[in-house]
Amino acid sequence: MLAKRVIPCLDIDAGRVVKGVKFEQLRDAGDPVEVARRYDLQGADELVFLDITASADDRPTLFRTVEQVAREIYIPLTVGGGVRTSADVRALLSAGADKVSINTAAVLNPDFVHEAAERFGVQCIVVAIDAKRVKPRKKDADEAPRWQVFTHGGRKSSGLDAIEWARTMVEKGAGELLVTSMDRDGTKAGYDVELLRAISDAVPVPVVASGGVGTLEHLEQGFSEGGADAVLAASIFHNGTYTVGQAKQFLAERGIRVRL
Amino acid sequence: METIGVIDYGMGNLHSLAKSLERVAGNQRIFVSYDTKALLECDRLVLPGVGGVRACMDELRRLELDQMVLEAARKRPLLGVCLGMQVLLERSDENGGVNALGLIPGSVVRFPDPAPETEPELHHERLKVPHMGWNQVRQTRPHPVWAGVPDNSWFYFVHSYHAAPQNPAHILGTADYPQPFAAAVARDNIVGFQFHPEKSQDVGLKLLANFVNWNGEGA
Repeated sequence: MLAKRVIPCLDIDAGRVVKGVKFEQLRDAGDPVEVARRYDLQGADELVFLDITASADDRPTLFRTVEQVAREIYIPLTVGGGVRTSADVRALLSAGADKVSINTAAVLNPDFVHEAAERFGVQCIVVAIDAKRVKPRKKDADEAPRWQVFTHGGRKSSGLDAIEWARTMVEKGAGELLVTSMDRDGTKAGYDVELLRAISDAVPVPVVASGGVGTLEHLEQGFSEGGADAVLAASIFHNGTYTVGQAKQFLAERGIRVRL
Repeated sequence: METIGVIDYGMGNLHSLAKSLERVAGNQRIFVSYDTKALLECDRLVLPGVGGVRACMDELRRLELDQMVLEAARKRPLLGVCLGMQVLLERSDENGGVNALGLIPGSVVRFPDPAPETEPELHHERLKVPHMGWNQVRQTRPHPVWAGVPDNSWFYFVHSYHAAPQNPAHILGTADYPQPFAAAVARDNIVGFQFHPEKSQDVGLKLLANFVNWNGEGA
């Protein structure tokens, strides 16, 4: 039976791995090829690269990084960040990416996801959803939680409801959703499992949990409480707190089916 | 020098597969092309494929690669990967129904649809489609490509449809999702993998190495 996946995420800025807190305060976390090779050896099920380079001029740097990594490792690689057109999708797939993650461009033009899925297949189209909780109005604090979709690396509110948006994106052809809680990202307080559960129950495609991992228990919660199909984490692996192998061993002991 | 032809018909990502083949090919040459004549002269052929089956078959026909594959399949070792494996069958239910190459009797069908939204099974796992990630493959019969590949090894899958060969003897291995389905197929000198050996670490490379050293016999 299908295993649950553990996916280290590498934020890439101008050809280097970096990690930020709540989408800000970036610091260096290593060379992408070295980091990717290390995770491959540790048993990572996939890798995600998110290019957060501010300048569009640095695109060739990203392609070079993707090419180098794809040459060295034999596990699936998803690349996202700044994917705006079908030409971008094609260029990343040609560089060696297996899946491409689309975020802001999907909000600006939902049909872009449809076009890309038609042209390249749903299996390689991941839609990344950056979601932030909407504060309940004081009068009815009991109302069901809601989340809003943010774009531009978390800087801009789209006004879209995250659950509705997840459904729309799957209808358009997303083969997988990468769901990041912006309230939790970088906090080490754990995933927003309510958000994950709400989206996972709303769509038929795999959901990847992201944002907030500080402990191995958090990874387990992503699966058991959030209903995710894969968990994404960055700092706990980059900092050397845990290896991917230790994380998977822990999950196996807790009864989560993983590839060991 | 022997040559392994990788059939390039513009559908997605040949890069990883070609790179993986290069890594295991020894002194065989990897030749990526859509030139039917040149491909027919190769000693082995690999048919990759991602995306939708209609676009795939349309392109194969437009470039007259369908006839080339049928001709080559009469004697040369042929490997289909993912969608390239699915089109080895007679037809696929995808995209409203599409006739395929028909080298292996049977069809390609969708995984059962997930439970309807009106009955969210909050504490049960619903079946997500695409079937995406690592799954174990049970080797249901011996074959030269399995040499040195442990039974129940993990392979990387990503697909929403799967092959359903008519003749159980054409199934080489199965995986469970949740029911067993054909993860690998074979007939004479033809073999097909639903999973991606080029994305399945060492065990995937071993499988490709076995294919590139296979003479198409002993199956």
